[in-house]
Amino acid sequence: MGYELTMAALRDLAEGAAVLGTGGGGDPYVGRLLVEQQLRAGRQIRIVQAEELPDDALVLPCALMGAPTVFWEKLPGPQGIVNAMRALEAHLGRRAAATMPIECGGFNSMIPLLLGAETGLPVVDADGMGRAFPELQMETFAVLGVPGSPMSIASDHGDTGIIDAVDNRRMEWLARAMTVQMGGSAYICDYPMDAATVRRTAVPRTLTLATRIGATLREAREEHRNPFEALTEMLTDTIYSYGVVLFQGKVADIDRRTVDGFARGRVRLTAMADPDDTMEIVFQNEHLVARRNGDPVAIVPDLICTLNSETGAPVTTEALTYGQRLTVYAISTPEIMRSPEALACFGPPGFGLDEPYVPVERLAGRTGPPVRLPAAP
Amino acid sequence: MRVGIDVGGTHTDAVLMAGTTVLASVKTATTLDVTGGIVTALERLLAAPGIDHTAVDGVMIGTTHFTNALVTGRHLAPTAVIRLALPATAALPPMVDWPPRLVAALRPSIHLCHGGHEFDGRPIAPLDPGELRRVAAEIGRRGIGSVAISSVFSPVSAEMEETAAGILLDELPGLHISLSHQIGRVGLLERENATIVNACLRDLADDIVAAFTAALRAVGVTAPLYLSQNDGTLMDAEFTRRYPVRTFASGPTNSMRGAAFLADRPDCAVVDIGGTTTDVGVLAGGYPRQATGEVDIGGVRVNFRMPDVLSVGLGGGSRVTRDPELEIGPDSVGYRLTREALVFGGQVLTATDLAVAAGLADIGDPARVRHLDRDLVERGIEWMTRRVADLVDRMRVSATPLPVVLVGGGSVLIPADLPGVPSVHRPEHHAVANAIGAAIGQIGGDVDGLYTITASRTRADVLEEARAEAIDRAVAAGAAPGTVEVKEVDEVHVAYLPGNAVRVRVKAVGELALVPSGEDGRWATS
Repeated sequence: MGYELTMAALRDLAEGAAVLGTGGGGDPYVGRLLVEQQLRAGRQIRIVQAEELPDDALVLPCALMGAPTVFWEKLPGPQGIVNAMRALEAHLGRRAAATMPIECGGFNSMIPLLLGAETGLPVVDADGMGRAFPELQMETFAVLGVPGSPMSIASDHGDTGIIDAVDNRRMEWLARAMTVQMGGSAYICDYPMDAATVRRTAVPRTLTLATRIGATLREAREEHRNPFEALTEMLTDTIYSYGVVLFQGKVADIDRRTVDGFARGRVRLTAMADPDDTMEIVFQNEHLVARRNGDPVAIVPDLICTLNSETGAPVTTEALTYGQRLTVYAISTPEIMRSPEALACFGPPGFGLDEPYVPVERLAGRTGPPVRLPAAP
Repeated sequence: MRVGIDVGGTHTDAVLMAGTTVLASVKTATTLDVTGGIVTALERLLAAPGIDHTAVDGVMIGTTHFTNALVTGRHLAPTAVIRLALPATAALPPMVDWPPRLVAALRPSIHLCHGGHEFDGRPIAPLDPGELRRVAAEIGRRGIGSVAISSVFSPVSAEMEETAAGILLDELPGLHISLSHQIGRVGLLERENATIVNACLRDLADDIVAAFTAALRAVGVTAPLYLSQNDGTLMDAEFTRRYPVRTFASGPTNSMRGAAFLADRPDCAVVDIGGTTTDVGVLAGGYPRQATGEVDIGGVRVNFRMPDVLSVGLGGGSRVTRDPELEIGPDSVGYRLTREALVFGGQVLTATDLAVAAGLADIGDPARVRHLDRDLVERGIEWMTRRVADLVDRMRVSATPLPVVLVGGGSVLIPADLPGVPSVHRPEHHAVANAIGAAIGQIGGDVDGLYTITASRTRADVLEEARAEAIDRAVAAGAAPGTVEVKEVDEVHVAYLPGNAVRVRVKAVGELALVPSGEDGRWATS
């Protein structure tokens, strides 16, 4: 049943997860080291499809909540996430049959793998965001009626807590406050549900997707192929069917501010050949909207990824600097993330944007001259 | 007068400067022993008639000794590592991401202890003096003389690292201690790695400083010794013993600063074309732009300040390939240029041959490249010119075009105009730009910390606090008070946390206050 995660696949998964972080989500490096430690110690990580689990099997999704800057300093470990899971199991009076990510983009792709290795539980190949989002209510689970509560939260000290909030927004709000008290990072399990509900509400096969994205970029580098063409080709047989280069250029300006714990800002790129051809990306931890010469060409929840133009390696909003050569690459989200309810939760209105949501496959290429792909390096 | 020396992999260059004037320069071969090349260079430099050895106020040396030690894994001292963090971080112990060959070379004694801080300055756990005394006993039993101490969020609060150092010194007087908050920035593994690198180089630092001092004595120079740091500022002998890791990458930095100084351009791109590679860096206010992320040295991921240099395989010895299409480098004949290049009677078509055929350079025997196809020569020169222009463009930070200063032995390869570049300078003495960079070094102070902005402590307060601290540190490191200026202020906000945590980096620089040697005991405490 399922497949076992190898060391090589883990590295691909981590890089692919950083791409799905769409500029945010935190660098998976430290998380990858934690999982590598587990594999080196001889532990196994089994990735399964939700279809392989009995309908009533209890699945406990998990994550690390807080600031990546804190994760890189106060390094997390397996005990905290095990404590969070045990606390929720005790509260529910049931044992978990599997875990899964709530967020496949960025650092949080690694936490369920760590929990799976430590406990022997399988990890379901699916998540609730299909990318990275900043808040706990921004989940397909929530959109499709699954309550996030009761959720558990654990610190590095061994403290645990249960939050049973009246709605998912209040759960996020209360959990965020506890995270600050716990030192800016906390281990959480939320949206407890059975496997039948996972099948109905999760974005499927996203761990495999991340692994394939990482492998595609790695192979393109090894074979001196254009990484973006390779990525577009790879995506066609996934539910994220459409990938497109929106722009290639150089970072000309960057403006960053922190508002209520969010890194908000915008980055402006200019095309190499024509300095009047520009792209502006607005971000709030993750990239929200990309506008070419003023017109939107991709908007949340479609994925807007900033990738190194030569290697295809993902570049986070924190690492953006003047002069970088970037390729702005957009990936369409699957249909489950595009319903009116989903868009109300994590589409443009969820981030206070006035523009309507238009799928990237309709927006891209509509404005400005077509983007020419350079020859393979 | 000042003497600047750059000890590179193949050459040791030296210059004698009075104020901003280059009085003399020499280029000698680097020797296997530490001092030979330096003594030779100094003797030749000071041999000119009328030069008074006692009029030398300071000798500034930039060296690759410490980088080489780490890369080759030789001369590294057994080191103890103490991390103050429990109950947090235990899953990823110190050196978890080091290459096994270096772990074997260091034979580290690793200890996880209670302590550390949260991002907002609350302790994770109190320090346990008994625990640290037991660690000291173990270090003493194993005869280890150097220890690296890291503490979670020490860039926010250094208190625990300092207290732990005091406890260890009480138990083991004479122990060399490297504290992470003095070396790296936020990012525990990377800061800790840099601290361990520093700790394992401290024995070597004692040897190198002693050898350099002996070399000065041997030629009758009594002036104090300074070493170049990787940000272009200087540290004295005692500071070098404590922070050898700060010499890493001082070579490219010195080269860039020397070039900018020679061309009198504090804001420019510097292109250094050697035999095998071309390095491009950018200076702002006379100092190199720093790399923003982590850097990998000998397989160790660290996050201390390093110059942002773009390096490609293009130089005087680069091989010219014609099939399937014209390409120059990255393969190079390297030091065999004088045997293998066509102009020297060899069989390999190199970048130098193209430059000679195009009339850009007068090297070897031009008759030997007269037969080359004119079209090939033209396209080759154009290829190299475009490559260099593209590198400069990639390093630019704004739309404003940057002047370029061209240095290095291979700088003859390209014509004096580059597309998209307002001006190209190839200054006099460009072959010893790195030694000049060492000679003109100033003294700096850095702050890199995480601050919390509150109602009673505004953003302006935090920035002012950081600026004052940077200036104090420059003066403490030997800058003349009153000459210190803040060169850089950078603030980055911390994402995904409510509240206002901000990371502030400030760099202050001043003129070196030259003091007679031997009076400087400020750093002799540990």
